Amino acid sequence: MPDGTTVSQGRTWAAPTDESECLGEAVGLVYRSGDRTLIDGIDLQIPRAGRTVVMGANGAGKSLLLRLLHGLLLPSAGHVRWGGRPLDDALRQQQAMVFQRPVLLRRSVAANIRFVLKLRGRADQARVDATLDEVGLAAHAHQPARLLSGGEQQRLALARALATDPQVLFLDEPTASLDPASTAAIETIVNRAHARGTKIMFVTHDLGQARRLADDVIFLHYGQLAEQSPAQRFFDNPVSQAARDYLDGRLVIRKSSK
Amino acid sequence: MQDFSASFGLAFQLVLAADPDLLEIIALSLKVSLSAVAIACLIGLPVGTAIAMGRFRGRTATIILLNALMGLPPVVVGLLIYLLLSNAGPLGWMRLLYTPGAMIIAQAVLITPIVAALSREVVEQLHCEYAEQFRSLSVPRSSAAAALLWDARYSLLTVALAGFGRAVAEVGAVIIVGGNIDHLTRVMTTAIALETSKGDLALALALGIVLITLALSVNAAVMALRLTATRYAYA
Repeated sequence: MPDGTTVSQGRTWAAPTDESECLGEAVGLVYRSGDRTLIDGIDLQIPRAGRTVVMGANGAGKSLLLRLLHGLLLPSAGHVRWGGRPLDDALRQQQAMVFQRPVLLRRSVAANIRFVLKLRGRADQARVDATLDEVGLAAHAHQPARLLSGGEQQRLALARALATDPQVLFLDEPTASLDPASTAAIETIVNRAHARGTKIMFVTHDLGQARRLADDVIFLHYGQLAEQSPAQRFFDNPVSQAARDYLDGRLVIRKSSK
Repeated sequence: MQDFSASFGLAFQLVLAADPDLLEIIALSLKVSLSAVAIACLIGLPVGTAIAMGRFRGRTATIILLNALMGLPPVVVGLLIYLLLSNAGPLGWMRLLYTPGAMIIAQAVLITPIVAALSREVVEQLHCEYAEQFRSLSVPRSSAAAALLWDARYSLLTVALAGFGRAVAEVGAVIIVGGNIDHLTRVMTTAIALETSKGDLALALALGIVLITLALSVNAAVMALRLTATRYAYA
């Protein structure tokens, strides 16, 4: 097995990363809904630096994993730690999440930014203007947010998330329904945030996007961690069969479901 | 038939001439009903919002009860308020019976469940949409409630107007606790009931015209608000 690569066969796990380079970790993470186990014993360590892209087929548990890591859902078993601490409200305030469908307040574009800045006690107009300027929405400041185009709405959601200067930014397929130009705009903003030191956790189905963005890849298969590797290695030489099948475009249907 | 025509003619004359008695009754009606709406909103909006956002034991039963209270019979409410405010009642010392204050209380009791139940529905719908984002942003409950109320303001105004419509058209409760005293507690609905029984159809019809115009205006205002809010994507 190449260095830095982790393959989870069922529940087997070997920690890949130096502790000082680890920002967050999930230990024995399980999430059940009714009698279905949707996240099945995931152990992983999230590197402090870089853009981590979470991949996997539909139903692999990517969005669920993101929600568990961000504390939007409580695990049925196991735990999540960030900086060695269990996730709480104070820690979550250092994180932000952008959803596939942007949830915007029924207010103006500027008021959406002002709302979140006010929560963090720094709602000055200059900051609102600067935030909107950065995502190219300054000209729309006084428009109702819900009248923006899909791409603009997602940029606003991203701007609102970044306005809090998060340490970690979770993005759950933020470009899934966007055209190439809007996708490029989102990726540019994400890359800028990354360059400023924000840890990026990005869920995507788009292989091209994953190749453009990923520094390392977490690959899920039916709720289990199939592989976690540096991006180049993942795309050139995936270790798990599930990842190989996915990259080759083969549909793998599990015979029995839990 | 001629009597009816004459009554309609007289009624329009009263309205157009802004008859002082008529204006006095209309003014008191508006004062009582608008005060009742204000009280109902002060109580009903926070209650509706708390139920919409809360997850507690007995929540479904509370919602069922609240919805059932929307259909409170006005005469029963009037009777209960009468018992409370009468000299022998626990609140008799307030000496509110047969005053506009008693009428405001009766109408507020009638429409608070309407405001609470409808606002619960409006706020819950918005809360479902915002909840995950608010959790992600760690929005405190009080800020979340304020944001929900603000963002749902157009729909909640419709709720308040629905409460006003019910209050201003109500007769059973206010006639029991107000007594329909001339120049003191006579409102449009009680005056219509009295004047009809006396055979003075002109004043009754004039008040009826004003009441219907008011109902139409309220509905038109609701529709206009809805359209404006939708046009600007705030609804």
